[in-house]
Amino acid sequence: MATTDIPNAQSGSATPSKTKERKSSFRTVSLDEINRLYTPEDIRDVDLATDIGQPGEFPYTRGIHATGYRGKLWTMRQFAGFSTPEETNQRFKYLLKEGQTGLSVAYDLPTLMGYDADSPLSEGEVGKCGVAVSSLADMETLFDGIDLEQVTVSQTINAPASVLLAMYLVVAEKQGADWQKISGTLQNDILKEYIAQKEWIYPIRPAMKLVIDTFEFCAAHVPKYNPISVSGYHIREAGATALQELAFTLRDGIEYVEWGVRAGLDIEKFVPRISFFFNAHNDFFEEVAKYRAARRLWARTMRDRFGALNERTLQLRFHTQTAGVSLTVQQPLNNVVRVAIQALAGVLGGTQSLHTDSYDEALALPTDRAALLALRTQQIIAEESGVANTIDPLGGSYFVEALTEKMEDGARDYFDRIDAMGGMVEAIERGFPQREIQDSAYQYQKALEAGDQTIVGVNKYQMEEESTEIPILVIDESVRQHQIDRLEQTRARRDDGAVAKALDSVRKAAQTGENTMPATIEAVREYATLGEICSALRDVYGIYEEPAI
Amino acid sequence: MAQPERKIRVLVAKPGLDGHDRGAKVIARALRDAGMEVIYTGLRQTPEMIAAAALQEDVDAVGVSILSGAHNTLCPRIVSLLRDQGMNDTLVILGGIVPQEDIPKLKDQGVAEIFLPGTSTQDIAKFIRENVKPRE
Repeated sequence: MATTDIPNAQSGSATPSKTKERKSSFRTVSLDEINRLYTPEDIRDVDLATDIGQPGEFPYTRGIHATGYRGKLWTMRQFAGFSTPEETNQRFKYLLKEGQTGLSVAYDLPTLMGYDADSPLSEGEVGKCGVAVSSLADMETLFDGIDLEQVTVSQTINAPASVLLAMYLVVAEKQGADWQKISGTLQNDILKEYIAQKEWIYPIRPAMKLVIDTFEFCAAHVPKYNPISVSGYHIREAGATALQELAFTLRDGIEYVEWGVRAGLDIEKFVPRISFFFNAHNDFFEEVAKYRAARRLWARTMRDRFGALNERTLQLRFHTQTAGVSLTVQQPLNNVVRVAIQALAGVLGGTQSLHTDSYDEALALPTDRAALLALRTQQIIAEESGVANTIDPLGGSYFVEALTEKMEDGARDYFDRIDAMGGMVEAIERGFPQREIQDSAYQYQKALEAGDQTIVGVNKYQMEEESTEIPILVIDESVRQHQIDRLEQTRARRDDGAVAKALDSVRKAAQTGENTMPATIEAVREYATLGEICSALRDVYGIYEEPAI
Repeated sequence: MAQPERKIRVLVAKPGLDGHDRGAKVIARALRDAGMEVIYTGLRQTPEMIAAAALQEDVDAVGVSILSGAHNTLCPRIVSLLRDQGMNDTLVILGGIVPQEDIPKLKDQGVAEIFLPGTSTQDIAKFIRENVKPRE
């Protein structure tokens, strides 16, 4: 019998007993207080026509498509990558065979940091958190037998993103795919690296220049490709509240638009190819409100701040991933349920694509079996639950509309504070978003340890003897040697003179400020390695030093 | 007159290439709130840098945070570098994503305890308090 939750009858509260509640306050996972009931009074400032409107119409609160998921379901895009390019290639083919509709590459830490597998800094890390890619040869193996004109590929890569994009484009070209037709997404969101995920190489300003180079290059040569996915996911995982995730992500988006405009790009051409990436955390309604507010706020910001007119420029499109941070080691099968609820929030929030985490990810990278169950979770939501039958089914709820409005207002306050600092780059240099997130992470941990927040199986309903024996994916230490051998073969058969010349051109492009993409593509073509190209850029740009926070 | 009690000194260390420092920073702050002196190394420290910082800061414990799966490579090296420089009593603890199978081996190699996701910071503070060697 649960006794702890029954209100204390002796309490001196003036509230009549029949309205007594289980707790003194009810808070979201972001520690935001929620009212007992929401009524028309809570949305008296929300205008049905101009704030909520119709799906497919400004300000897109109810979604960017007039048909919602009745036209096209979201893309089921499971993030995968581990060990060698050969093994990940096999996983990709397995996922495609099981009905997955897009690919998403996870790279290992050396790749994310721009180091080759044979760098001393790569020891112990090769193939662990993702697939190891050091040169075009690895990329060719990774996409062997996968038609890049047919499948859209998302690549989670940031500091060295322009190099991996170049590798991808050269592989596509070698397959005979047309750059005009290929699509996909590069994460390429360097601002959130300085804010949250911290996989950086160069100082902020030259790193921003590299991002703008990819915008410009893609707009001219790969028009259907999304050169950036502005990511709140990592900001949230680092401890941000839902509001902070929304505010910092959209403010990062504004920063990229401003830099693009300053570089002379036409907003109606490059902004439509900016995509977003949000987290789906535990608090269901808070998440749904966050996505709805994101669309409305982006549309209004593009119109009012930048004078955008075209529909595609005003529409915020986003990918969602369930919250890795919410997964528990304790009673890991409970994670299946968490993921399903979080995924449902993403869907009811109108996501364009979705990754569902596997239940074993608090322990290791997912096994085939766990990854398949995660995909099946999406398929059940899409094809059994009925939630995709109508558009924005939560629209008009007093609660959801009130939360949506509160999210938008709160994010605007953060915009004002960041604008007052001179912009997001300046705010990061001052450590502002970093400090805000750190504080939220600590407040949450305290709430958890005080029992104000519950994690089932962790601080409530724990089991002494857990039968948590689930199979775990083990990445063998031999992966590094395998990758080093491949690198040696690649280096042995390339033209060293041509490589040196190509690397010089990369350095020169960086020095003169011209677009670095053409030189990077040439270097990749000559099989210059990721480490060599990043090192050439490091020679010119230097490296980032984190301010003490 | 009694000497004021020496505070326990802890180095919170983040080796490897991984940048996920939420855990390291939350732990650093929680141990500070628990009355310890905490030094945080910052990101991407090599085992050599960590051992040198431990010696220079004269710490009682080193708390290592690894989420990338590189613990089997990095932890034994940190322990042996500490021992090589005579820090035989320095408590080494690990927090992060560590499969159960790896735990016995890490303990054999000198890691005093491994804290998995979901551990309360109070439990970690308690473990440190109970296991650091008292100073003269």
